[in-house]
Amino acid sequence: MIRRVLPHGLGRGLLTRRPGTRRGGFSLDWDGKVSEIKKKIKSILPGTPCDVLPDTSHLPPEHSDVVVVGGGVLGLSVAYWLKQLENRRGGMRVLVVERDHTYSQASTGLSVGGICQQFSLPENIQLSLFSASFLRNINEYLAVTNAPPLDLQFNPSGYLLLASEKDAAAMESNVKVQKQEGAKVCLMSPDQLRNKFPWINTEGVALASYGMENEGWFDPWCLLHGLRQKLMSMGVFFCQGEVTRFVTSSQRMMTTDDEMVTLKSIHEVHVKMDHSLEYQPVECAIVINAAGAWSAQIAALAGIGKGPPGTLQGTKLPVEPRKRYVYVWHCPQGPGLETPLVADTSGAYFRREGLGSNYLGGRSPAEVSRVGWDMLARRHRIIVMKESGFWPGSVCFVHPQVQTAWAGYYDYNTFDQNGVVGPHPLVVNMYFATGFSGHGLQQAPGVGRAVAEMILEGSFQTIDLSPFLFNRFYLGEKTQENNIM
Amino acid sequence: MWSTQNSQLGAPSSDAFPVAAVTNDHNLKTTQSHRYSSGGQKSKSLRLVAPMWNGTRGIHRLGGAVVPEGNQKKERKMLQFLNNHFYDVEALRGYLLQREMSKVHLKNRSFTWLEEQHGPYSAGAFFILKQGGAVKFRDKEWIRPDKYGHFSPEFWNFREVPVEAVDASDCEINYEGLDNLLLLKELQSLSLQRCPHVDDWCLSRLYPLADSLQELSLAGCPRVSERGLACLHHLQNLRRLDISDLPAVSNPGLTQILVEEMLPNCQVVGVDWAEGLKLGPEEQPQDTASPVPA
Repeated sequence: MIRRVLPHGLGRGLLTRRPGTRRGGFSLDWDGKVSEIKKKIKSILPGTPCDVLPDTSHLPPEHSDVVVVGGGVLGLSVAYWLKQLENRRGGMRVLVVERDHTYSQASTGLSVGGICQQFSLPENIQLSLFSASFLRNINEYLAVTNAPPLDLQFNPSGYLLLASEKDAAAMESNVKVQKQEGAKVCLMSPDQLRNKFPWINTEGVALASYGMENEGWFDPWCLLHGLRQKLMSMGVFFCQGEVTRFVTSSQRMMTTDDEMVTLKSIHEVHVKMDHSLEYQPVECAIVINAAGAWSAQIAALAGIGKGPPGTLQGTKLPVEPRKRYVYVWHCPQGPGLETPLVADTSGAYFRREGLGSNYLGGRSPAEVSRVGWDMLARRHRIIVMKESGFWPGSVCFVHPQVQTAWAGYYDYNTFDQNGVVGPHPLVVNMYFATGFSGHGLQQAPGVGRAVAEMILEGSFQTIDLSPFLFNRFYLGEKTQENNIM
Repeated sequence: MWSTQNSQLGAPSSDAFPVAAVTNDHNLKTTQSHRYSSGGQKSKSLRLVAPMWNGTRGIHRLGGAVVPEGNQKKERKMLQFLNNHFYDVEALRGYLLQREMSKVHLKNRSFTWLEEQHGPYSAGAFFILKQGGAVKFRDKEWIRPDKYGHFSPEFWNFREVPVEAVDASDCEINYEGLDNLLLLKELQSLSLQRCPHVDDWCLSRLYPLADSLQELSLAGCPRVSERGLACLHHLQNLRRLDISDLPAVSNPGLTQILVEEMLPNCQVVGVDWAEGLKLGPEEQPQDTASPVPA
């Protein structure tokens, strides 16, 4: 309306004064003037929104019952089960704080996405079986009306673990335990291996264990996205920020042995926004440490490990980031469609990727490799592959061409390579769900349920994960897992 | 108001219920918290399945596929709008979805307790007949339920007679129901055509039948993809495999070749290997017969 009014009075007069060649430049300026005049008139007229209060939509809420530090698959799984198992709908406010919403360094997205039940600990096997049934029925668990069903792209091809002479006895006893727990695993001799998979070089292989059902690999991004979608529909708050401080209050209490012990409880979490000094103190009742490879930093913020070494106060959370590389190569005459995920005697593993003769694999180095904490360089060529000693010797790949590679962090538990689940004995309201050293993704649904049950009921109900509590670091009792990939 | 919604809800549980998961946009880079992605993707996958579903019995939730495209889109948009704006509609749809799922679970409950009384073959046959499929015992005729679902009880007497062939086309068998199917240890021919809940997980369970199974048909199953076909390599006695019309397989021609390599003694039927190839303007198709291994 203003546009029509103004040119009538001013525009025609101004426009006709200049020659045609200058008209382009002049009309741009005119448009700017018009919008300025519009803005002025709008601000003078009554009923316009006045921005007196600052915008806080990017900040987390001021109060939250549970704060989950870390928005990867473990953190989201804990949040999901908390909301799923709460007694009353809307009874719990859960806030998930994730530092990087693109998940560029998060272990979930960079993982190979395998799930297998071939562990030595019964708890690990049960967790994996529970997760397999969760993934199988994912469209019942994570159903959101109006959203399309999730396609996990699950390949049920199984895992094939090869063992040399000295590991054969251990593998046999492991398979016995796995069968007892209900996993469908069978043992194969080198002859049977050659029959079934003629492309395997069985030199040095004494025994192999092959998982037939509920094992394979899937797309971790799909699981992450499905969890996020479902959580948003259940009313979980998401915030992009970094936890910089815990405000705790402590109580000195006397144990039954007449010792003074200081119990701490976190009552405020300071969440700092990206690229700014702004932070929001969130009052909370429970904090869940699901920060993956950086869990030790979060634990240190709460004062875990600040004390004389050898005491419970001085026991740090022994979770470190360990860099692992994954390479993708193309080999036209490689193993066919039936290839399982093969892990050979040296610790190298590989699997097929898609229909086009692409394979991806990696290797867990035997020794401690010291890498920079923040460096995740993505330039790897075949030279680097050979340097790090990775090549699955069990399969003869003819003329492979490396296509790409990436690296990710394991949240590596230096104590016994198994997860840390449950509350801390001294910081009473911090619960851990971290340290799974490479199998966090496949155990996430089970662990999430266990932590939620611990919070809501006070004890583990479905799967008993007491061997994974924090106390074992102080008491020195290792729950060692023998099959780590 | 509620009655019109009820008639519309016949179609929408089809889009909420997982039928064919062909496309799925899981781009996490967007920080958009919008949880309602477009239903346009769903209608694309349904179009692939629609020609087969027309006129088949018992698949009420795909009634939307019979309605012409234009009406379907408008109904769907209206339903999405209502879902986004009213909690009641969302809750009702969620409830109906849960009810559909529990119906499928009920159909696939375990009948293994019948095994002690009547033997495994009769128990498995009872499960198939209750689902609406047909069973053939060795040296006997096919037993099929009639249009009311009734079937003759003569098979209860066949304690020792193994089941030779099962035709479970259009049945709602899922992963749990396969417990009952796997009781039939000497099965030779299995037809799972157009089963809406048979997916890759189910195919990985078929290996116990490896000794006897010679014929398998998966034509028209909307959830089977090439990843599930990869675990059929256990079935080394298979002589005939039908993998036609699988909408979830991304590259049918290449999949056919890879499956043929995987099962050298089996005749794989259904896809012309030249299907995925693009011909130049001057090239003519010389040989369109699918290669059958000798």
